[in-house]
Amino acid sequence: MLIKTIKSSDISEQQVTDENLYHSRRSVLKQLGFLGAGSLLAQSANAAPLDFFSSKKDVVFQQRALNFQKASESSEILTPEAKVTSHNNFYEFGTAKGDPVENAQEFKVNPWQLKISGEVDKPYTLGYDDLFSSFPLEERIYRLRCVEAWSMVIPWIGFPLAEIIKKAAPNSRAKYVAFETLYDPEQMPGQKSRRIGGGIKYPYVEGLRIDEAMNPLTLMSVGLYGKTLPAQNGAPIRLVVPWKYGFKSIKSIVGIKLVEKQPPTTWNILAAREYGFYANVNPAVDHPRWSQASERRLTTGGLLARNRIATLPFNGYGEEVAEMYKGMDLRKYY
Amino acid sequence: MSATVVNNITFKQVFLSKRVLLLKIVIHLMSFLPLFALYFLAFSDQLGADPVKEVIHFTGIGAFNLLLISLLLTPIAKKYRQGYLLQTRRLLGLYSFTYALMHLLSFLAFEVQFDFALFLGEIIERPYITVGMAALIILLSLAVTSLNTIKRKMGKSWQKLHNWVYVASLLIALHFLWSVKSEIIEPGIYIIITVFLLNLRRDKIKRWFKNK
Repeated sequence: MLIKTIKSSDISEQQVTDENLYHSRRSVLKQLGFLGAGSLLAQSANAAPLDFFSSKKDVVFQQRALNFQKASESSEILTPEAKVTSHNNFYEFGTAKGDPVENAQEFKVNPWQLKISGEVDKPYTLGYDDLFSSFPLEERIYRLRCVEAWSMVIPWIGFPLAEIIKKAAPNSRAKYVAFETLYDPEQMPGQKSRRIGGGIKYPYVEGLRIDEAMNPLTLMSVGLYGKTLPAQNGAPIRLVVPWKYGFKSIKSIVGIKLVEKQPPTTWNILAAREYGFYANVNPAVDHPRWSQASERRLTTGGLLARNRIATLPFNGYGEEVAEMYKGMDLRKYY
Repeated sequence: MSATVVNNITFKQVFLSKRVLLLKIVIHLMSFLPLFALYFLAFSDQLGADPVKEVIHFTGIGAFNLLLISLLLTPIAKKYRQGYLLQTRRLLGLYSFTYALMHLLSFLAFEVQFDFALFLGEIIERPYITVGMAALIILLSLAVTSLNTIKRKMGKSWQKLHNWVYVASLLIALHFLWSVKSEIIEPGIYIIITVFLLNLRRDKIKRWFKNK
């Protein structure tokens, strides 16, 4: 396979912060003080200083163990599970990084319908159970580089997007693939309220060129860290495109449509100058408001972690993907 | 019974005579403790997946909150004839500066991690950081001239210099607005509050512009 492996890097249990302790840190801060501390607005829908006195919601999103082929050992230090599952950009559940884990616990993913349609001979729909049984599941340890210049290393579980597309027998007009996230304002507070959802247009849509979609690195993920995906990470199924900025990796997908023309994509609609359609990780092309030459790798170590590292072209996956962009001006097609 | 009444009067008198001190103690506690807790939790990796971002956001918004509260005191003191409130403005301003300074130092130490070329490059090239830096320089010059002895020596020019706090508050509002990706409602509310507080002083600000 394509993942270069050198030596074991599994972190041990005692290095991982206890989950309950971990999740309480925001309420600790909020209860502390209000002059310097409190923002004039509560930071999320259900966070308020007086949370201290109210009983906590006890609904917890259920995950279960998956059967999959384990990845060979990786040389990279993994980002601890507690961080992977509590630091999420999923504006459907709130714009702050900690909002999704707080607001997505009641998210219902079963039943689910993922429709594969468009320029294909055999359109079909996958139900919830089909997501886990239609294709052999394998683990892939990928670097995730956010456009905000932080990164993680995550053990995903899933199958190549190419499998899902091949099964639908795309025709010759299938030049691009358009993805769509679930639209359900009753379940997703960010879609209901502009304040919670950050004012982006819903449903969230993303797209890839067909060769990018068929690249063996492009993964449809249904799990991480050995289990089904947590709601805040895009359950029950999401895209993972490791050589592109994280916003390309659309979550909680209900539609995959093969199309002839380049489809619109959410962040590009909102700010075309800042977020391109391609969004390949590229240290040579800065975001207008910050440098993309380096990134902070989130693992462990707190404030003193010396975690700023150089960003690599195509997030270090150039060998596998650079060929697809030969002859393209990547400054223009950022 | 009479002893109790005497005690009550005494308590009230003590309270009135010490209210500035009490208020200052409250300001100290509510400004310093969150800052202390913030860095304690961040250093021990108990502040989420990205403690750097938490620290930078918390100190930034904290500095703005404290500055706005200090700007709110004068109108309140005038309207409700509570002159003693004015005696706490300097403390609030100094805490606002402290938060802002920690905001910048945290960016240098933990975000760009002492890459000075990147640090200076970002301040010069990114407009939202440039205006933030300009605001911090204003707050710095207000902080160092806040001592009574310096204030007396500066005479009339002291007030002229300290009027720059209005410019700083607008720059900070702009810095906040330009820093967000799409969630403009919260910075929008801050802008409205800032403009409201400046509008209460429109006569003074107009005079300031005429005398320049």
